[in-house]
Amino acid sequence: MTETGSTEVSVAGVAAGAPTRRSFLSWLAVGWLAFAAGIGAFVTTTARFLFPNVLFEPPSSFKAGYPADYQVGEVDERWKEKYQIWVVRNTEMIYALITVCTHLGCIPNWLASQNKFKCPCHGSGYYRSGINFEGPTPRPLERAAISISPEDGQIFIEKARKFLYEKGQWTDPAAFIKTT
Amino acid sequence: MSLERHWKKIQQQVVETQVWKSIFRVGIPNTNRKRVLAMLGNVVLHLHPVKTRKSGVKMRYTWCAGGMTFFLFLTLTFTGLLLMFYYRPTIEYAYGDMLDLREQVPFGIMREMHRWGAHAMVISVWIHMFRVFMTGSYKPPREFNWNVGVVLLVLTLLLSFTGYLLPWDQLAIWAITVGSNMARATPLAGNEGPFSAQIAVNGVNLVTAGSDARFGLLGGRIVGANALLRFYVLHCVFIPLIAAFLMAVHFWRVRKDGGISGPL
Repeated sequence: MTETGSTEVSVAGVAAGAPTRRSFLSWLAVGWLAFAAGIGAFVTTTARFLFPNVLFEPPSSFKAGYPADYQVGEVDERWKEKYQIWVVRNTEMIYALITVCTHLGCIPNWLASQNKFKCPCHGSGYYRSGINFEGPTPRPLERAAISISPEDGQIFIEKARKFLYEKGQWTDPAAFIKTT
Repeated sequence: MSLERHWKKIQQQVVETQVWKSIFRVGIPNTNRKRVLAMLGNVVLHLHPVKTRKSGVKMRYTWCAGGMTFFLFLTLTFTGLLLMFYYRPTIEYAYGDMLDLREQVPFGIMREMHRWGAHAMVISVWIHMFRVFMTGSYKPPREFNWNVGVVLLVLTLLLSFTGYLLPWDQLAIWAITVGSNMARATPLAGNEGPFSAQIAVNGVNLVTAGSDARFGLLGGRIVGANALLRFYVLHCVFIPLIAAFLMAVHFWRVRKDGGISGPL
């Protein structure tokens, strides 16, 4: 059978020992497939590389000390820098406000003398409850889930669980800690 | 075969759109003139000669070592850019970022590709140089391009040297300490080098440990925060830009001096 093969090759006018059309094409296919696989692997690696496995950000939930650490009638700013959370205590409850302006995402300031949160970017203003009353902001500040940790009785705040006033979620028992 | 007719019609319509014509300006390159025009009218294609001599594609003659070097340079540029997303050139973060790039990154090979690619590039540059030497391709009219190549070799080694400091481990710090100590012995510009003691005004020596070539290289007397940042900028921006420019000159000269190496 190999004899016949070589005759065919010589009939086609190809030098003996040169690759046949069939073997050339199959090697070409193998080559292109390997090339495509290599490019595909590299593109996958690159795309995946852009999504980090390690983040240097504070965790979205944290323990914020004991209820007794917070004064009644005060907006506590101790977690503002690290976790972007105000812990507010009034005569009835403790709640956690997320310090992100609902207008365009700046961080407002707590102005104790004027008893309001005031955003320096565009002047949005919020009462201590978080409800908006001035400036361009369309809706109140958001509250984070807050609870008493069953392990040690500390306040536990989860920023990932948000409660929105306009959706009627502030009355959810997970949105505040009852203190009376 | 109305399907084929439809397909032909769609093809015809696409080819006649202004968008298509603005991209493919000379039509199907079915004559030599059109082929040349297609090559010369495209910024990417014109980098390659319209015609190549037969010996130029002979692997046994060129070893494709120059092409390999260029390919590695592109790979290193790309992987290096990606590494810049995570690496911070400060003494607090550099070492930790390097470890994270090795251990916390999916597949973990981006840094390794950059590192091994860098080793491979130094080797392939030498192979390229060896081949050019052995085939006598440095001879006139290519002697100018040989010199451009020598500068590119130095830049490759400098890229290697500056990149060496960036992991900020003990090996890096002491290697650069030792390497930069050589700059102390620079004639005139190094404070321990020959003739530098003669550069003095009213007996006050101007070339001191705080003002010599090594100080300029490190941005300080020791391999510290300034040296790390300085080497980072040199490694990522300064030297690659110069190398890319000289590579353009190098490739252009290859063509102007009679095409890729072969009998003239």
